[in-house]
Amino acid sequence: MTEPNQSRVVIVGAGPAGIRAAETLAAVGLRPTVIDEGARAGGQIYRRPPDGFTRPPSTLYGSQAGKAVALHTAFDGLVSAGRIVHLPRHSVVALADGTLHAVGDGGSRRIGCDRLILATGATDRLAPVLGWQAPGVYSLGAMQIALKAQGVAMGRRIVLAGSGPLLTLLATQLRKAGAEIAAVLDTAGMRGQIAAFPDLAVRPSFALHGLAMRARLGRLYHAGIALEGIEATDTGVTAVRWKDAAGRMRSTACDAVGLGWHLKAETQLADLAGCRFAYDETWAQWLPCADCMGRAGDGVYLAGDGLRLLGADGAEVAGRLAAAACLSDLGLPVPDVAADLKRLDRLERFARGIARAFPWPADQVRTLPDDTVLCRCEGITAGAVRETAVYGGAEANRVKSLGRAGMGRCQGRYCQLAAADLIAATAGLAHAGDAGRLRAQAPVRPVTIAALLEGE
Amino acid sequence: MSGTAGGRLVRLAETGRAPVRFLLDGMERTALSGDTVLTAILTNAPTLRQAEFGPEQRAGFCLMGACQDCWIWQEQGPRLRACSTPVADGMRLLTRTREDWP
Repeated sequence: MTEPNQSRVVIVGAGPAGIRAAETLAAVGLRPTVIDEGARAGGQIYRRPPDGFTRPPSTLYGSQAGKAVALHTAFDGLVSAGRIVHLPRHSVVALADGTLHAVGDGGSRRIGCDRLILATGATDRLAPVLGWQAPGVYSLGAMQIALKAQGVAMGRRIVLAGSGPLLTLLATQLRKAGAEIAAVLDTAGMRGQIAAFPDLAVRPSFALHGLAMRARLGRLYHAGIALEGIEATDTGVTAVRWKDAAGRMRSTACDAVGLGWHLKAETQLADLAGCRFAYDETWAQWLPCADCMGRAGDGVYLAGDGLRLLGADGAEVAGRLAAAACLSDLGLPVPDVAADLKRLDRLERFARGIARAFPWPADQVRTLPDDTVLCRCEGITAGAVRETAVYGGAEANRVKSLGRAGMGRCQGRYCQLAAADLIAATAGLAHAGDAGRLRAQAPVRPVTIAALLEGE
Repeated sequence: MSGTAGGRLVRLAETGRAPVRFLLDGMERTALSGDTVLTAILTNAPTLRQAEFGPEQRAGFCLMGACQDCWIWQEQGPRLRACSTPVADGMRLLTRTREDWP
């Protein structure tokens, strides 16, 4: 029998949730292993540029610079004191029977694990648009990463489209850095945004900061638009066609497009770990089930945007809570969690308000022209998914098996929500959740045969 | 603008880094130390690769290792994910598969 403080605890992800979880475990003498895909801890939101870059945190993270620096400093301190084991530039691609399979530059390795904290974060939530496979179309998150971690804009004249807080934030950051933004196109209408305001007011400074940024965008910002298509030549995007709130057709010339509708939880490892899932109507996606601390199974804990899409502040809180649950289950001393639980409630109310203010564009997806590429990996069209749902059955995994939507290299990360909407609409199902949930399959990232052979 | 002719990306900051030389489709190109392969190529060219399942070129999409849109070939064989691989002196990168490969 292993002594509790000798337990092998592994944390996957070194963003705000993973860092706070590691810190909480290390505080009572555990020495967790933190596996992360990034070269340096911080996650996507507090991502750090490579060595040799010189912009200060205030430029990189704006009003959140203090939080970013605090997290980076805490993590680097734990690593240099030898209180945690950090495995950067490694992807966990599979897990079973208490063993994780991680792949990195040196090949693959197996890591034994008594308890597992998954802090895998989120990706952009994407809705297909006619022409979005053209070169020069990126996720909003991609454009933010490019600016933060590389100091580049993805084009000379950029259209940002979609919905959610990142739309306004990214437009502001890019303009401040000197990029040209041609238009900011929000599929959320003003009425829904205003209706959500009571929930957003639980974090007044955040809400006001967002409104002020929006105001400074002035006439670049358009609410309640509908995206009609992206035009391109061989070398890239040339324009976005859209309908304004009054129904007038518009076209905006550009050489790059950023698309995104808020976030989609990264849940593949939670799925492989055996967690249960439920469809969440507010966030319009399947999310893993856990108790208020993040317990999601025998020895499995979830924290951060991979569990509930609360953003970076919520991820820090959830990371501490998941670690506290782990400590409690090990019979080790547990920090007082009452204040964090209360904080999490308030952050969830705000986040659900945001999700309602800037909803998933189900109508846009359900009315996509048949020739729209739905799956960017393999060029599967909306029409093909509709046909497959008719002859193969209105269920996500069947449509994947028979029609390949979700079978490509991204494993459905960027098409499965839209595919579910198309399946539901084709079969006359009321909700996208009725089309079932695409099951995760290992490896959850593509792995070269060489990487597997180079391992143990 | 000669150094960025044909490139998609615009450098807005951090331009004081040391240069890195690499080959792109056999032509010598320059990037900056700390660039990803994706940044290095797209400051010199509009796209990264030909799509396998459609007529279009691709230029990456998520930049966080999730979409797998930016896998490209190297002359010596192995592929790499351009958004998560730092560029290095002497890399020999391809935006298309070599024609002499079977």
